[in-house]
Amino acid sequence: MTKIIPLGLLWLSLLVAAPSLMAAEISVKDGESIQGAVNKAETGDVILVYPGTYKESVYVDKDGITIRGVVQDGEWPVMEGEGKRNDAILYSGNDFTVEWLTITHYKGNAIMGQAGNNFVIRYNRVIDTGVYGIFPQFGKNGLIEYNVLSGIEDAAIYVGMCDNVDVRHNEVFDNVAGIEIENTRHALVENNYAHDNTAGLLVFITPGLPIKTTFDVILRNNFVVNNNTANFGAPGSIVSKVPAGIGIVVMAADDVVVEGNIVSGNKTAGIVVTDLAFITDISSDPESEPNPDRMVFLDNLMFDNGADPVADVKALMLTQFSRSGPDILANLGSAQEPDNCIINRERYTSFGVKKWSECERKDTADITTMRIPGGAPNEVVTTENRTKLLYQGICAGCHAYNMRMIGPPTLTVQALYRNDPQGIADYIAAPHKVRTDYPAMPPQGHLSPDLRREVAEFMLNVTK
Amino acid sequence: MQRRLRPLLLWVIGMALPLAADAEWRLSDICPAGFHSRDGGCYLQSFYSGYASLQESGVGGLKTGMPPLREGFTAQQIDLGRLLFFDPLLSVDGDMACSSCHQPARGFTDGLAGSVGRHGEAMHRSAPTLWNVGFLRELFWDARAKSLEEQMKGPLFSQEEMANTPAQLLKSLQDNANYEELFKQAFNDEPLSLGQVYTALAAFQSSLVSLGSRYDLYANGFHEVLTQPEIEGMNVFRSFVARCAECHTPPAFTNQQIAVIGTPEPEGAALDPGVQAITGDASQRGGFRVPTLRNIELTAPYMHSGRFKTLRETVAFYTGGRGHAVPKGEHLSLHWHIWEPDLTDHELDLLVAFLKTLTDQSFMPVLPAKVPSGLTPVATQILTH
Repeated sequence: MTKIIPLGLLWLSLLVAAPSLMAAEISVKDGESIQGAVNKAETGDVILVYPGTYKESVYVDKDGITIRGVVQDGEWPVMEGEGKRNDAILYSGNDFTVEWLTITHYKGNAIMGQAGNNFVIRYNRVIDTGVYGIFPQFGKNGLIEYNVLSGIEDAAIYVGMCDNVDVRHNEVFDNVAGIEIENTRHALVENNYAHDNTAGLLVFITPGLPIKTTFDVILRNNFVVNNNTANFGAPGSIVSKVPAGIGIVVMAADDVVVEGNIVSGNKTAGIVVTDLAFITDISSDPESEPNPDRMVFLDNLMFDNGADPVADVKALMLTQFSRSGPDILANLGSAQEPDNCIINRERYTSFGVKKWSECERKDTADITTMRIPGGAPNEVVTTENRTKLLYQGICAGCHAYNMRMIGPPTLTVQALYRNDPQGIADYIAAPHKVRTDYPAMPPQGHLSPDLRREVAEFMLNVTK
Repeated sequence: MQRRLRPLLLWVIGMALPLAADAEWRLSDICPAGFHSRDGGCYLQSFYSGYASLQESGVGGLKTGMPPLREGFTAQQIDLGRLLFFDPLLSVDGDMACSSCHQPARGFTDGLAGSVGRHGEAMHRSAPTLWNVGFLRELFWDARAKSLEEQMKGPLFSQEEMANTPAQLLKSLQDNANYEELFKQAFNDEPLSLGQVYTALAAFQSSLVSLGSRYDLYANGFHEVLTQPEIEGMNVFRSFVARCAECHTPPAFTNQQIAVIGTPEPEGAALDPGVQAITGDASQRGGFRVPTLRNIELTAPYMHSGRFKTLRETVAFYTGGRGHAVPKGEHLSLHWHIWEPDLTDHELDLLVAFLKTLTDQSFMPVLPAKVPSGLTPVATQILTH
């Protein structure tokens, strides 16, 4: 053991150190543009945003960029959307980190990812942005921690169509949905404080999305308290259909562990487990499996839930002669089946868990993270390797090194244009037919002269 | 538009001439542009070949792998499909080809709101582009076909369209000495069959790949190729206000799902029930397959009914209010992303500017100057309007 740890640390430090060898810090002061800094930044660079008000939307389509707010004497850098800008931060690059920002008054999302693996979103304050606070989508391997979010009309933290994400130590309140894990696999939601939302924690399958499953989710050691805010979701949105007063909702997701949470003061129910019928008036999707399967409910502290349930829940509870809602509600249908399990069920008021079996597992202490050791592998695009990508993406579609394809072999081109990259660059802008046995090539005039020259030089140096 | 098409015109003429001069019918043994030969089949090499996507779904962001492509066809099969595609021998009257409605000059559509049927009647849906069709899991606006082979039997044998019968189609090909020879070249001397016809057409259609647009250059690190308004348009496109990218997800610019968005029908026409007519599921009333936006600049008019003539009108639909065009008395289970984004006129202009960066026809196939039947090939001219 003593040998293993230092070795692990060594590897870690190498991983962390490698990009930072060339990393630069770029400072942005009040009155300057964060986007301007992103445009200048290269992989590994850290953008330091000093206290001030930044009225802009920032997009990051490069890999390995960090945006780090600098908080001085309690003064934060504030991204201000003024109710008219769309999203504060949009990223698609891999290995992206954003931290120490206050973000407010945007129409769309505060922080939104579209793909981009190995993301880190932490130490941010998000107040009254439009739709979602933090919304990574299509990302693999991410960390969302120590963020505080409020006043959001959909989910404050929404992990959508991702894999391997940890969401921990966040506070979410006064939102419609606190933390939502949707069409996502391998997520750990731990040590969060979700209070005064319409619903606190949601683990969903939403039908009609291209990635269809949610499974392997742990909700552990969260405070899920007093989530009774009237639903103020946008008409037609999925969360606008969630009744107020629910601590945790699991809809159609599979293999969800609920453990060590304090769930109290939620007026409709502490935890609801349901199939897709829970959400009405949505176009059906035969590829979405509607049933929640294999819930694992371990020890949780639950009390004072269901004081004033919505009508549907009240009607259900009346069938067992109760007027108040339960700690645990397994909705009519497959949610009540014995593939689900629970321990110490007698401690809770409940509906629909009679047939649930006794869990074999008593805790999940062996699982400390859902992230991938070493991170998700990436194809990193840098200013150094992008020419190779261009060659492979466009030229190599028709030219192989030493074999005839629809275009002549690269070797032949190299022989023709030895020491004359400009000759290639000029030719490909407006190709004319040179050889009777080959068709003329498609023109590449949409590439700038510099790019044509760059890729021509690359082609002359290709060796296999 | 003109500037872009002129080189294309010269290039296509340049490629078509040698074929015209060649009296003997011989299929190409070279894979088409963008495809490498491996183990006897043709496989795509693109910008996106090196990227992964979650669950190989082909949806994500800028640097995400494409959905799986129908590939591995032989060069000869693709080339035979190219000839069949333009040959009106495939229709019962010998006057319609696949290319009647999927014209290369119009982004492999026909420029019409509803395509023209066999007797000149206007059909009620708009012909979709075939660019990147080999990446799709389901075809037709209502997603009723699960493969290209299944899809093509629709127009081939529909009484309103090419109106052929399987037996007649097979016979007309068998009776043609050129085709008899070409099918042997493409299918190892096996007896000519309808299955071979479908394979060859699927092979050709799958070779229509468009992944080299200026957007693709941006996505792969060449940020300088897009202008500032185009980048701003891209940011509106993928913003969570406009939400275009939520369904028209890169890199294919479709998430291949069914969406009920409630676009208007042509004046006076009844609501097209879309997917509901296939599945009987009322929640899918008015649902259609999310179309790709690649080469969208070339494929007006837009939507399933071709109701919108311009891209500007089309993007404006999405800011008109949730359900604003749904007929009175109709209930549609509208998609949750259809909302009231309140986009400005300027943002709509930016969206159009971005959509035009998705244009790329560099892998336009060679358009045949003649086809094996001896009939006049259909829609092999490149128009310049």
